[in-house]
Amino acid sequence: MSDNNQFEPVIVGFTCNWCSYRAADAAGMARIKYSPNVRLIRLMCSGRIDPQFVLKALSEGADGVLITGCHPGDCHYVEQNYKTLRRYALLKRTLRQMGLEDNRVRLVWASAAEGRILAEEIDKFVSDVRALGPLNWIKMATTTYVDPAPASA
Amino acid sequence: MSEKVGVYICHCGANIAGVVDVAALSHWAGELPDVAVARDYKFMCSSLGQELIEKDIQELGLTRVVVAACSPHLHEATFRNCCKRAGLNPYLFEMASIREQVSWVTANKTVALEKSKALISGAVHRVIHNQALEPIIVDINPNVLVVGGGITGIQAALEIADAGYHVYLVEREPSIGGHMAQFDKTFPTLDCSACILTPKMFSAGTHPNITLLTWSEVEKVDGYVGNFTVKVRQKARKVNTELCTGCGICEQKCPKKVIDTVFEAGMGLRKAVYTPFPQAVPKYPVMDVQNCTFFQKGTCKACEKFCPTGAIDFKQEDKVVSFDVGNIILATGWDLFDCRRIPQYGYGRLANVYNSLEFERLSNAAGPTGGKVILRDGVTVPQSVGIIHCVGSRDKNYNPYCSAICCMQSLKFAHLVKEKTGAQVYNFYIDIRTPLKAYDEFYQHILETDETRFVRGKVAEVTDAARLPGEEGKLIIQVEDTLIGKQRRIPVDMVILSAGLEPRHDAKEVAKLFGIGCSADQWFIERHPKLDPVATMTEGVFVAGVCQGPKDIPLSVTQGAAAAARVIGLVNRKQVSLEPVRASVNAEQCSGCRICNNQCPFNAISFLVDKGVSEINPALCQGCGTCVAACPAGAITGSHYTNAQILSQIEGILEVELGQREAVPA
Repeated sequence: MSDNNQFEPVIVGFTCNWCSYRAADAAGMARIKYSPNVRLIRLMCSGRIDPQFVLKALSEGADGVLITGCHPGDCHYVEQNYKTLRRYALLKRTLRQMGLEDNRVRLVWASAAEGRILAEEIDKFVSDVRALGPLNWIKMATTTYVDPAPASA
Repeated sequence: MSEKVGVYICHCGANIAGVVDVAALSHWAGELPDVAVARDYKFMCSSLGQELIEKDIQELGLTRVVVAACSPHLHEATFRNCCKRAGLNPYLFEMASIREQVSWVTANKTVALEKSKALISGAVHRVIHNQALEPIIVDINPNVLVVGGGITGIQAALEIADAGYHVYLVEREPSIGGHMAQFDKTFPTLDCSACILTPKMFSAGTHPNITLLTWSEVEKVDGYVGNFTVKVRQKARKVNTELCTGCGICEQKCPKKVIDTVFEAGMGLRKAVYTPFPQAVPKYPVMDVQNCTFFQKGTCKACEKFCPTGAIDFKQEDKVVSFDVGNIILATGWDLFDCRRIPQYGYGRLANVYNSLEFERLSNAAGPTGGKVILRDGVTVPQSVGIIHCVGSRDKNYNPYCSAICCMQSLKFAHLVKEKTGAQVYNFYIDIRTPLKAYDEFYQHILETDETRFVRGKVAEVTDAARLPGEEGKLIIQVEDTLIGKQRRIPVDMVILSAGLEPRHDAKEVAKLFGIGCSADQWFIERHPKLDPVATMTEGVFVAGVCQGPKDIPLSVTQGAAAAARVIGLVNRKQVSLEPVRASVNAEQCSGCRICNNQCPFNAISFLVDKGVSEINPALCQGCGTCVAACPAGAITGSHYTNAQILSQIEGILEVELGQREAVPA
């Protein structure tokens, strides 16, 4: 994608409707330029994020998944982001058990006012995933081998 | 059944089209499976743009619509209405944000096109799984809660009460009136603050449609637009308001004097049982238990002895009252910047350095000096006074924002000092900002008639250390006069710091209590900074006045009235439609594991013991979807955010990337 042939990861991002999606809006309104690698999906709350969404994204070709929500204590639904936090810890463990780098998934808090912070976090995450290299789950899944053991374990 | 999707790409003038090749995007979108038509247009949100969509829905029989434009927070409602007008269920519509998430944040045009494609592909995949939904209609309780009894809250309460609806006006202090009650004169007309405020306070206090809850704080808010339940703690006044006539004898007889740090800004004294000022509404005093001799030492009871109606009640306890309202207006106001945070200005250390509220009290005819502008020694009239602008404002060390009122306030102070003392006044400013009606005329008037000196420069220091002859016993203001490019030392008798406005110290907790957001500076966030300045992201909760951002009295009153108008409009409709985003349990799939039961902070999920399954109350469900994600059996569905919708969106987004990757053999 990029001119100098460096690897450009594809990242699926999940946002809540109240804080982090609005942070993305705020980044836009402030014309903050950030890495274009993340495609955001809006949910009502980060608590809606089912681990299968993350696995689906990785299995469909994403190299990383960004989960975003309101800061702890600021959740529009009182405390649901704490549940996200708990699931995130479990999800990371599951990813490790599957032989996957758990830092392909990251949780970031961003309030509606923190467009700049969200943009910075996206830049950071993109460069970290870029360093990890392509995930290629999709290739493994479509290969003729029956046992797709990840090499990166 | 195959769907017919229409994709509409907005140029947004040059906002999107300047970065994203909209023609190529539209051509590409037209080739997507299930897409019947793809068009691009200069402004999709314009009436012509909307007519384009409506016409296609009717003529081409579109069953789904995707608009790629700005953020859905701006125009989702617009396009949903557009679909509805053409006979398409508004929930069979999706938006892709290619302005906020692409054209405004991406420099590279090729990459911007790719990202736009990914987002549109995601939206097209998702919209196919969207289901027709009907909004949830709920009744609106006509009662309204107004929090904060300053001029903004009073205005809002009066507007609503006059429209015939009941208002609960909650105020933390013993009286309504807010900061405006402390002021002497108001700019630019210099009319007396009390003269214009007290009639409004009186109206609010006696209005049959207003229940005044002073010396009270909101403790808990439950529910949603139209149906909030509010718990308010009424702090014990230790005065029975049923019996009290407000005669003031208790206050006269109370032997204990305390420095009044709230109303008198530390400039004057009050008693331990007191009303903060003579025109207080309500007229009932409150007892300051921390300072009352009886509560501290066990004897005194002078107030009780002299009270002619037996209204003093030492045993009175806090009372928590609960009531239902349909809408809430927050008008919680501001705190003054603490000038001690700038030690080089000497506030709190040098006696004759005052902050703006202190000067208001000093200048107020009902204040501690009877309106005489004198130094802290209580007798000396100052011969020269320096007024420092932007104290704590427009300074990245303190608050980066402009407090909006300080320029006019400082000009007003200059005029009052001149009028009352004849002293030489210096204004130290960075910029003079006098943008509203009759403001600049006031500035010109001061410039032409008051012989006030204006020094442009940020004051470095206020000190009492004399270095030059003539500086002894004075406060010396050290400043770089940027217009003549010289350092100056100006000795004065009195310094007034025009301190900035800050959000209430507990703004964050209050925002949390009412489920709204705070900006980085901790002002409450409005729904839209320009087009929806009094609504918030939370339906049924409105903000007005300085709690939303610094502003002066006319603007605060305007916002109070605006918020009231919004509320009256809602109440008049009697019903409100809510987003039909709710979770529901499929009883046949539910295993009765009860994992979802404690996921819900709104207690919407209950376990039906007899049936062995969980059930969700749609009136309590707020639609966050946490239980949907938690259900191990997949028995819970979250409408408009179903697994099918989200998983397809993921597929759609990644399809574009894959296509591209396969094109480049590894």
